[in-house]
Amino acid sequence: MELQDKVIKLVSEATKIDTANIKANTTFVDDLNLDSLDMVELMMKMEDEFGVEIPEDETENLKSIQDVISYLETKQ
Amino acid sequence: MSAIYPDLENKKILVTGATRGIGKALAISLARQKAHIIFNYRKEGPLVQELIETIKSHGAQASALFFDVNDTEKMTEALTEFVKENGPIEGLVNNAGISKDTLILRQKKEDLDQILETNLTSAIMITTVLARYFLKAQNVSIVNMSSIVGMMGNIAQGAYSASKAGLIGYTKSVAKELASRNIRCNAVCPGFISTEMTENLPEKTQQEYLAHIPMKRFGSVEEVSDLVSFLLSNSSSYITGETFKIDGGMYI
Repeated sequence: MELQDKVIKLVSEATKIDTANIKANTTFVDDLNLDSLDMVELMMKMEDEFGVEIPEDETENLKSIQDVISYLETKQ
Repeated sequence: MSAIYPDLENKKILVTGATRGIGKALAISLARQKAHIIFNYRKEGPLVQELIETIKSHGAQASALFFDVNDTEKMTEALTEFVKENGPIEGLVNNAGISKDTLILRQKKEDLDQILETNLTSAIMITTVLARYFLKAQNVSIVNMSSIVGMMGNIAQGAYSASKAGLIGYTKSVAKELASRNIRCNAVCPGFISTEMTENLPEKTQQEYLAHIPMKRFGSVEEVSDLVSFLLSNSSSYITGETFKIDGGMYI
């Protein structure tokens, strides 16, 4: 599976929002209405899934699905 | 006879300051509930070994972790390692505490720092470190051991009362912030409880205290343990952000 699909699937599972409604440019706060605690949980799931460590101050820059994908790519 | 809460069985519960006083009684009481007790210790010695043996004699699991609650780095290391090996901690009792009574005008900054650090800062930092695992566990109860003095104040206990009142505020914030994740947080405020500490008080002082307690007796560590066990169990599943006095009516 492509990285993008994996990220979208994970976000979909975490938020119970259908994958059809999540695109690369979808933003977490404005589009998916996630609050800061949701974001923490989502990043923890990303860490588990992709075996990376996402530092607290980095999460502020991860506003969209694409941001996460780009970040993960730099880590791989 | 204390109540038994079956859901506490095998629940991993961290109790700080469990080597003596209320903390010790609580650890033993939770051992009777067959919880997996995790406690920290600062010094190797017979007290630690004895507590492990006592917990095990009740058929419960015991994990002793070597860290001082005020050493954030060591505490983080020890707890992270524990969770990695054993899975999330599902209950936390911030019980470690000290008192150094002195009159307002004689308060030393270093004593104040030490009291706030041990009684308040350490509880906040332990909660901080464990919060990410609590989010994973999703059914967690935190109990902060405050004091009746945190609600009513007391002569010569300015710093102590400030630290204990601080815990009550923190308890409410944690409760609000994490309630949606089924993480509960409550505070317990014991009044006069018979421990080594109160037994050493002069007879006259004890009588003076009793005069202010409608129930005319000191509480027992078992009575406090019962309340904490209840708050850790699912029997209190709809209670969060609450502050419980257990003081024989002293502060009504």
